[in-house]
Amino acid sequence: MSNIKSAFENGKAFIAFITCGDPDLETTAAAVRAAVANGADLIELGIPFSDPTAEGPVIQGANVRALNGGVTTDKIFALVKELRRDVTVPMVFMTYANVVFSYGTERFVAACRETGIDGLILPDLPYEEKEEFQPVCHEYGVDLISLVAPTSENRIAMIAGEAEGFLYLVSSLGVTGTRSEITTDLASIVDIVRQNTAIPCAIGFGISTPEQAKKMADISDGAIVGSAIIKLLEKYGKDAPKYVGEYVKSMKDALRGCTMD
Amino acid sequence: MTNPNGRFGVHGGQYIPETLMNAVIELEEAYNHYKNDPEFNSELSALFNDYAGRPSRLYYAEKMTKDLGGAKIYLKREDLNHTGSHKINNVLGQALLAKKMGKTRLIAETGAGQHGVATATAAALMGMECVVFMGEEDTVRQALNVYRMRLLGAEVIPVKSGTATLKDAVSEAMREWTSRIADTHYCLGSVMGPHPFPTMVRDFQAVISKEIKEQLLEKEGKLPDAVIACVGGGSNSIGSFYHFIEDKGVRLIGCEAAGRGIDTFETAATVNTGRIGIFHGMKSYFCQDEYGQIAPVYSISAGLDYPGVGPEHAYLHDIGRAEYVPVTDDEAVCAFEYLSKTEGIIPAIESAHAVAHAMKLAPEMHKEQTIVITISGRGDKDCAAIARYRGEDIHE
Repeated sequence: MSNIKSAFENGKAFIAFITCGDPDLETTAAAVRAAVANGADLIELGIPFSDPTAEGPVIQGANVRALNGGVTTDKIFALVKELRRDVTVPMVFMTYANVVFSYGTERFVAACRETGIDGLILPDLPYEEKEEFQPVCHEYGVDLISLVAPTSENRIAMIAGEAEGFLYLVSSLGVTGTRSEITTDLASIVDIVRQNTAIPCAIGFGISTPEQAKKMADISDGAIVGSAIIKLLEKYGKDAPKYVGEYVKSMKDALRGCTMD
Repeated sequence: MTNPNGRFGVHGGQYIPETLMNAVIELEEAYNHYKNDPEFNSELSALFNDYAGRPSRLYYAEKMTKDLGGAKIYLKREDLNHTGSHKINNVLGQALLAKKMGKTRLIAETGAGQHGVATATAAALMGMECVVFMGEEDTVRQALNVYRMRLLGAEVIPVKSGTATLKDAVSEAMREWTSRIADTHYCLGSVMGPHPFPTMVRDFQAVISKEIKEQLLEKEGKLPDAVIACVGGGSNSIGSFYHFIEDKGVRLIGCEAAGRGIDTFETAATVNTGRIGIFHGMKSYFCQDEYGQIAPVYSISAGLDYPGVGPEHAYLHDIGRAEYVPVTDDEAVCAFEYLSKTEGIIPAIESAHAVAHAMKLAPEMHKEQTIVITISGRGDKDCAAIARYRGEDIHE
């Protein structure tokens, strides 16, 4: 069991996603620290992949910039080690199955444990294929995070029943990226999740404004934001950490206004 | 060959976002139902025969046989099918299935444009909406096919991400499918992607080897000694191999696109240069770097320019049942010209990879032996590109 639970002990959680190495690893480290200093409860570190099939154009762009800048899995483990000198909030990796598999699953998960990564989100790994990674994750105490989608329907109970760390509820159909409106009936999905697990449930995909974050966190345990943060990194480059900090503060402030269950 | 989870040995599986899981489960259930439904099968047979022009001819290439001076060479003429390639077999099957499932819209990826044209054709025939994703670079290489798809009523979306070729078109079609599932079927063009696609597409293409077997038994009274086909994702080759897998005396040879050579980075020969990985919904062999980043592969042939291979091919390679050989751009272009001049048949540049290997193999074999080469498509679409390869600038 990892430390992920602690991210949900300060009211509704704000979870920030940052692609490692966009535009460079120093900026990533500064952006993570700025997010944490301004109230981020959990950090999702994206390991870039050449062909991120679950991402919209914004995060695809971050992957391209990071890979063109020469970032590798080994350099990212070194970054995590460096961040762990002072960053205490839980951190998880978000990447694709091939990045882990190709590195050697055991070697990868052991390095997660050693450097201080609490969990792993693999958007191309559904429930049916989790045996590929889960036994090794259990051995090293790294949570393999499960995702539930608007189309999961009859699968929600099965997925939630075996979920660990936190449950990632995908807000909408399609890929990552900001949306002006989220129309899925998420409250009823959360209800089924609650009936099947005690672990926290956070909502991601499409959230960019404090109002949206509050609305999502009102019905769950937290909000996950990626593309809106990546847009700041794309726009401000090395100067982005300051803006990321301000943005995270506005989002966490909105979550403080949520009604608690 | 397939176990219930869509595995071929260690390969295959369903490595896709949760958003798509119920869609592929629904597809698998529908396919398992309809594949044994007599009405579905008789409708599909009627489409194959009356619309696509099946059975395709098995032609004895006498001049080529005499010229090479070895094994007797037969050509399986998938190039004579409606729309000019084997792609129509799979597309008619999937479009009919999608229609039975109540879907009204087909999406597809395409490399050379053959699968996109076939999908646009089936959509027109069945009154369905059609959107085709095509790498921007390929829309330039295959401009004529882009026009054909539009003429057939499809919308063609150029894909600019990544290397702007086939793999990026697949990624973009997958992204589109996750955003619109209820009315849309993803008509995947090869024996790749998540289960049930590798099995289902193989079954629709297996008509090729079924016919070869019957036709050659009639002509020669025996099975072929070798069956040769080109392999990108691997649909025409698995279709050509399938009914011979249990006939151990038949050599099964898949010809991969080596591009400028397997000792260069400009290659798409996955089995020869790749290693095991997980991508586009399946575990199989992929061209990738040490960190698992998918390689920007290269081939003169847009249809073979893909960094992976179908999971059943990966398995046939693992157990040594099929051989996978690299064929360079230069060898394929020579074979393209050779078959045109020798037999009056202009093959697709993809199929020319298979012809090139047969040209090496036939002279080493006895005159009583037979080789079947699958001519997966016709080469009209490639003429401008081959002319450019030879330094001649012609306009399409």
